Amino acid sequence: MRFIDEYRSPDILRGLLDRIGDIPRPMTLMEVCGTHTMAISRSGLRPLLAPAVDLLSGPGCPVCVTSERDMGKAVAIAGIPGVVLATFGDMMRVPGAGGTLLEAASRGAAVKVVYSPLDALALAEREKDRKVVFLGVGFETTAPSVAASLLRARERGVENFYVLSLHKLVPPALRALVEMEGFGVEGFILPGHVSSIIGAGAYSFLADEYGIPGVVAGFEPADILQAIYALLGSREGKPSVDVAYSRAVKAGGNPRAIDILYRVFEPADAEWRGLSFMPASGLGIREEFREHDAGAWEVEVPEPEEDGKCRCGDILCGLIKPPQCPMFAAVCTPDNPLGPCMVSSEGTCASYYLYDARGGRGSWLRG
Amino acid sequence: MSELLEEMVFPLLGRAGLLEAEDAAAFSAPGGRMALTTDSFVVRPLFFPGGDIGKLAVCGTVNDLAMRGARPLYLTVGLILEEGLPFPVLERVLRSAGRWCEEAGVAVVAGDTKVVERGSADGLYINTSGVGVIPEGNEVSVTGASPGDVLLVNGFIGDHEAAVLGQRDGFDLQVSVSSDCAPLYGLVEVIQAAGRVHAMRDATRGGLAAVLKEIASASGTAIELVEESLPLREEVRAVCEMLGLDPLLMANEGKLVAAVPEEDAGGVLRAMSGHPLGGEAAVIGKVTAGRKGEVSLITPLGSHRLVRMPSGEQFPRIC
Repeated sequence: MRFIDEYRSPDILRGLLDRIGDIPRPMTLMEVCGTHTMAISRSGLRPLLAPAVDLLSGPGCPVCVTSERDMGKAVAIAGIPGVVLATFGDMMRVPGAGGTLLEAASRGAAVKVVYSPLDALALAEREKDRKVVFLGVGFETTAPSVAASLLRARERGVENFYVLSLHKLVPPALRALVEMEGFGVEGFILPGHVSSIIGAGAYSFLADEYGIPGVVAGFEPADILQAIYALLGSREGKPSVDVAYSRAVKAGGNPRAIDILYRVFEPADAEWRGLSFMPASGLGIREEFREHDAGAWEVEVPEPEEDGKCRCGDILCGLIKPPQCPMFAAVCTPDNPLGPCMVSSEGTCASYYLYDARGGRGSWLRG
Repeated sequence: MSELLEEMVFPLLGRAGLLEAEDAAAFSAPGGRMALTTDSFVVRPLFFPGGDIGKLAVCGTVNDLAMRGARPLYLTVGLILEEGLPFPVLERVLRSAGRWCEEAGVAVVAGDTKVVERGSADGLYINTSGVGVIPEGNEVSVTGASPGDVLLVNGFIGDHEAAVLGQRDGFDLQVSVSSDCAPLYGLVEVIQAAGRVHAMRDATRGGLAAVLKEIASASGTAIELVEESLPLREEVRAVCEMLGLDPLLMANEGKLVAAVPEEDAGGVLRAMSGHPLGGEAAVIGKVTAGRKGEVSLITPLGSHRLVRMPSGEQFPRIC
């Protein structure tokens, strides 16, 4: 398959791995994006990079960073008679205050899995007597398409289409991370999809203000290794933020998508799992679209239980790796997930569990 | 109801044992060991490229018999119809089931039809049970794989799921791939004539991953797959890449995995390749004496990656 096979060529990958393996001192890097985490595990790169590169996973899984309270709100909205909650499938099993959407559906709530916000809009146009609420989860990558669906709803006068916006922004989360005490990451593998929208310039503060280099990477094994190699080389000289995914990412991003996004949304405070409330780290719906904003609905959300067992929050901040959580694989599995990191197809725990872990605690490939 | 049976069910499915409208079918059984299985079929949409629920209900059950080495003989068919199901839809499904019974060499000897209220079923559900006879020495069990065995599959994986996905509501995928749904006993006969089979399973729901985990667990062995050797159609690969699905977890309806001793593998592969349902047959890995029940995959870079028992349905990723 063109544009895929070239980036998986074993010869190219071996060449890059050899060069990475030659570095004099090991380096700790963070892959910010959940799709990178999954790609790394799936292609079996993690053990091949050891011991030269220690990879920590970051907060770049939109499903995982959704807070229990926000999830509880989604579940509560799904339970309102006459409402259909339309969601990406990934969200169905995410535990929150008041259970999961899957459980809500089994209690009779109308929850429908869609593949795009436009599908949810089409549903609203078909079912005029019901309120269709799209659960807007995602980063800058997903938000423009949700914004486009709201613009279209307005254009066509679809009054029964709503969005519960739980969208989040990547740069504020990275700033919060690097400001955390004891944060030891020496370089970032930056998200490719998000950067195709916001451009690499959005991360320059990492290098300019904190002296930590970053490289925007694509999602094929060669893309990831190339970014890692560039980060290893950046130890000498002035730290910078570079693009190793120029076939998709421009310095200025995608102005048209950004324009659509900010016509509908504006920065808003948001609660992140693991990082708590952060000012201007999410996207709220602008006043002009208030009549489509399900976030403004008054619903009763149970207070999230803090039993402290699930350590998704620490995993999302790169403080621990999944095998260091006592629940991982012993109690918490994809069939019985305690937290979203084990549920999402981009979740760090899921990717370790599915591809890397060899079973039996204490015998993991790398702890 | 009797009108439905007389005018549609009997003519389309045959009335071998049903002829006398007795409470139970009576039939003669050959000597030796028999195999018996049952399965219920719910699929949306009811019709998809390369098949429909009727064909699926026949093939699914005869294939389960075939995987024990049994030659399928008789089927029962139970229909649960949602009130208001259009007759032409039912007719098309039954015609297809009848055709594939003939193809698979089985006779429908008993059946049942129930109609449930609108909203209580998704159009049409089918249950089929099947009886088969195992020729002397041909019995196969999932527990029989042993270290050193070679694993073979009879062709491209994932076609069925890709074909069904392409037809689902809200999925405007331009896929031209057809389901691989097919009765497999003919292929099994050819395989068993060519060599010994230690273990065999058809890779339906949960895909190759589920079947290999079952074989490894049941026979107390480990399995090593070679990623590059997995037969995968370019188009199915593209669907998987696009939606973030794992080809190993994609459902099939006409693929089997066989564990055969190394010395027989060449002959079995040739036999498979010569059969219409095995044109793309391939060796995909081997059975080892590693950690019991563990299935791993060797990537093109030579690193090992785990293969887990699939959990629930695969959902396409967000971005």
